[in-house]
Amino acid sequence: MAGTAVRGRLTWQVATVDAVCDETPSVRTIVLSVPGWAGHAAGQHLDVQVTAEDGYSAQRSYSIASAPGEPLTITVERLEDGEVSPYLTDELRARDEIEIRGPIGGYFVWAGDDAATPLLLVAGGSGVVPFRSILRHRHNLGSKVPIRVLYSARSLPDVIYRAELDHADEGVTVTYTLTRQQPPGWTGHAGRVDRHLLAEVAWPADTDPLTFVCGPTPFVEAVASSLVDLGYPGGRIRTERYGGTEEP
Amino acid sequence: MLSAGPTPHTPLQEWTFSIRQAGSDRKSWTWPELTALPAEDVTADIHCVTRWSKLDTRWRAVSIDTLLAQVDTEARFVLAFCDGGYTTNVPLADLTAGRAWVAYEYDGRPLAPEHGGPARLLVPHLYFWKSAKWVRGLELLAADQPGFWERYGYHNYGDPWREQRYAGD
Repeated sequence: MAGTAVRGRLTWQVATVDAVCDETPSVRTIVLSVPGWAGHAAGQHLDVQVTAEDGYSAQRSYSIASAPGEPLTITVERLEDGEVSPYLTDELRARDEIEIRGPIGGYFVWAGDDAATPLLLVAGGSGVVPFRSILRHRHNLGSKVPIRVLYSARSLPDVIYRAELDHADEGVTVTYTLTRQQPPGWTGHAGRVDRHLLAEVAWPADTDPLTFVCGPTPFVEAVASSLVDLGYPGGRIRTERYGGTEEP
Repeated sequence: MLSAGPTPHTPLQEWTFSIRQAGSDRKSWTWPELTALPAEDVTADIHCVTRWSKLDTRWRAVSIDTLLAQVDTEARFVLAFCDGGYTTNVPLADLTAGRAWVAYEYDGRPLAPEHGGPARLLVPHLYFWKSAKWVRGLELLAADQPGFWERYGYHNYGDPWREQRYAGD
């Protein structure tokens, strides 16, 4: 659990939108141009601030979707009652400006420097976003680290980055499970990630994998508990939980 | 919500709460001992660094003053330690004078593991990551030492009224 170096002050920076790309009907990828961006590690996130004409501003955190060294990219899911995400997914256009600050977080990251450790990446919904950064980082490094991805989505059209995930590099295995709706003839997994599915898809615990779990809080709770039940040491499971207001 | 790993499930018969200094226990309570101490009903507003607040949360909790009354110390800083390896640092003065507790009930029920149970620190006047889930004790320190999220760039003190989210805020 070595900490990263203590950073200087995180200041708000102006980011210009270079491109937007709709991933699904409710999810958009936004490529940003940020002069002076200090760089990031795979798995980190940033804060976005949008300010209305009346001066009211709101901030939210989003995982970074691009690998270190690539143009800074975030992928945002529209939350119907959200203060920030509907603007980012529906209104934002190329050449618009938003304010960002980051990168943030130093624990839910993969540096790519340990070739001996297989990775398990378990995503629920838009929890797949930081894993795009990790997978692209592996590709860019020419790393041979074996990676298994287990991605839970509501339906096939809700799968984010499907084209990219379906053409993953050698050594990367992507398994989908569709929780709400499966297309006719679907032979893949259906239903939520549970201990049974993890036992089938995840690395055996004795291979000492490093695991990242990202998604809504109940998803992460269920997956992490199941992995502990399967013998994964808690210290080797890193979690990132999404979710707004909740019970403490 | 800010949790770095799986939710720990320590059986109550193995659970203890310790006040440590220089690596050894100065005082330790088992679960029956801690829950037999005088407790308070605390109602407080809490503020998460991820920008939600919850007003008038209700807790059953033992004041840190009650625990520290059994230990003489010159320490000025505290590192709270937890199951799962999580730590957070707080100046000792912020844990005394009725401003911090070890909480084990929420809204009239035992505190659920996913919300930090069996017991969590409760420091409502600081951002909620300082109210460490699954707390198992306090390490008394002469010099400040950053905790888990603090080492990863979160603010060392975490005052929500000054929006001290990240280092330098």
